[in-house]
Amino acid sequence: MTQDPKVRLRGLYKIFGNDPAEALKFVKQGVGKEQLLVDHQHVLGLQDINVDMQEGEITVVMGLSGSGKSTLIRHLNRLIEPTDGEILLDGEDVMKLSEDGLRQLRRKKMSMVFQKFALLPHRTVLQNAAMAMKVRGVPEADQTREAKKWLDRVGLTGYENHYPAQLSGGMQQRVGIARALTANTDIMLMDEAFSALDPLIRTDMQDLLLELQTELHKTIIFITHDLDEALKLADHLVILKDGRVVQQGEPQEILLEPNDPYIEDFVSDINRARVLKVRSVMEPLNGGKAPKDAAGEVDQNESLEKIIARSGGDTTHTYTVTKDGEPVGTLEMKSLVRALVPRVASEAGARKS
Amino acid sequence: MAGGLADFKGTGMAFYDGLFEALGLEDWCGGDASSAPLSMADLLAQNSGEEATGPIFPFPSLDNLNESCAAVSQTRDLTKGIEDSFLAAKPALQTVLDPVTQPLSWLLDGALWTFNAIPWWIMIPLLVVVSWYASRSKGVTIFVAVSILLMAFVDHYDVAMQTLSIIFVCTSISVLIGVPVGIAMSKSDRLQRAIVPVLDLLQTLPTFVYLIPLIFLFSVTESKLYGIAIILYAIVPVIRLTDLGIRLVDQDVVEAANAFGMTSRQKLTGVELPLALPNIMAGVNQTIMMSLAMVVIASLVSAPGLGVNVLRGIRNLELGVGIVAGIGIVLLAVILDRVSKAALSRADMTNMKH
Repeated sequence: MTQDPKVRLRGLYKIFGNDPAEALKFVKQGVGKEQLLVDHQHVLGLQDINVDMQEGEITVVMGLSGSGKSTLIRHLNRLIEPTDGEILLDGEDVMKLSEDGLRQLRRKKMSMVFQKFALLPHRTVLQNAAMAMKVRGVPEADQTREAKKWLDRVGLTGYENHYPAQLSGGMQQRVGIARALTANTDIMLMDEAFSALDPLIRTDMQDLLLELQTELHKTIIFITHDLDEALKLADHLVILKDGRVVQQGEPQEILLEPNDPYIEDFVSDINRARVLKVRSVMEPLNGGKAPKDAAGEVDQNESLEKIIARSGGDTTHTYTVTKDGEPVGTLEMKSLVRALVPRVASEAGARKS
Repeated sequence: MAGGLADFKGTGMAFYDGLFEALGLEDWCGGDASSAPLSMADLLAQNSGEEATGPIFPFPSLDNLNESCAAVSQTRDLTKGIEDSFLAAKPALQTVLDPVTQPLSWLLDGALWTFNAIPWWIMIPLLVVVSWYASRSKGVTIFVAVSILLMAFVDHYDVAMQTLSIIFVCTSISVLIGVPVGIAMSKSDRLQRAIVPVLDLLQTLPTFVYLIPLIFLFSVTESKLYGIAIILYAIVPVIRLTDLGIRLVDQDVVEAANAFGMTSRQKLTGVELPLALPNIMAGVNQTIMMSLAMVVIASLVSAPGLGVNVLRGIRNLELGVGIVAGIGIVLLAVILDRVSKAALSRADMTNMKH
């Protein structure tokens, strides 16, 4: 991509303890997380994070609890101060902002959605949604109009005068999203936004987010511990472990080419047919012609699950893969089936035989 | 008790003489210790010519050491020293404190005058209406009406109103000072560490003890004397609970407020104070109850009201007078408690509507 990233993290370190600057020296000399804790009583939160977040994309940061993902997202709007490193927003260093500059950044450039919703319990749904505009001092009529628009957009029409405690968890998080959207910022930070919801509602909310994103093209940074969620939402996936980036890239790539046993463990449990897209397993045409015996055409962004359903389980078919209606590759059902077996499992199988 | 440790002097030779000799401090000690009797027991022993028998090994207290060495001061010198230094500081303290606290006298006198000047047929309905607006509870309102009418019926209306007016002024001032102090404490751990011991002291110091320096400082005829005593005693819970309330505000919500770029002022008025309100109201309730407790004791230093009748009951052994006034105080306490608790639960309700 030629365009500069919207947000760029460069060599970001975060160390918790009494003297982080001193501990940083040890970390840069190669002292590990556990040793740092035992020998120097400092906790290594983040270690040499380099991530580019592109404009209009959903960047998902995934990791288990304690991997530093919530710490990472709080660095972007400096709710947590880094020990070392740069945070560039549109090429401008966030670390150099004055207190007032930082406040303006939080008001106008970034909005945030929280795991535990963090709505104001003494304010109505409408007032909560309008919070960001009220903070900025926008006239009340405009606040109400904008807040109503976004509440309507997330499906909460009619609940404007309820209090958050009167709503279910899913609805409360819709208010949280409406609040972030009303702020009308380019960047949305979502900290485990759907983790507190039950699975069906979580799926609804993911669909809602994707639907909104096709319209709004915001730069979204999404934190999650759920790989299925990460794969569903991510344009760019960053996997964190113990405060380090283990692997980052396109989700399909990570799924097919995990470069770390930790990630292999992760990806071995998921439904690959649903996540993998045709384009990841097809044979590119490379200027050649589409095969004549093709059983039909499939779009490159369809999931393998759909193709299996379409083929009726017949593994002899070959399909022509199209992009915007133009043929770009071929898909053999056999290679599709092979792609469904995770690498770890296939290796284990090979050892047994 | 007075005899116990000091009795030894009667034996003619004090126990610690040997010690000072051994240390070679006789010169520093100077001549003989004074032979003035220290206690009633000594005096009696001297007069009867008997030798008081002391313990074999007395504790090396100031008084006992003084027996052997006159250069060691006695405990009564210590208490006298405290008194003298307080008296020495008194003019300076007075020039500062007198003008600063003068408005309190005006407020108290003004409130006393106003509460008594308003005729009963306006005052009683007014109180009933106020308790209705504060509590929105029929039961509480009826209880308030019945209690006040009952007190008025036994001719305790005037004194009850005096007590009420003092509580009204002192509680208002406590809240006006206590809430900002509590907010400041919640914002600074250092300030909290500095103020908490002071609050502990105010809360545990026997109530009579802080009447004593106040009597030295101000004239007993001035109403600010008891006003200050009541405020010092009653302000503690509202400070503590404001501090606690703000510290207990859900940190996720505070983080959200930060993430959306609220200023400290927006955060305080829009998030922290509203969410801490139930706790602050609980503090106000406690402050009201404690000022009621103190207003009775303050009648010792000329605070008017029901406490005066209680005091009269004790002084003159007028059992009936004391008991009727006591029941009046109980009724007043229940009224204030129920009304402020009902208001408190309403503050809670607006937070958590289900």
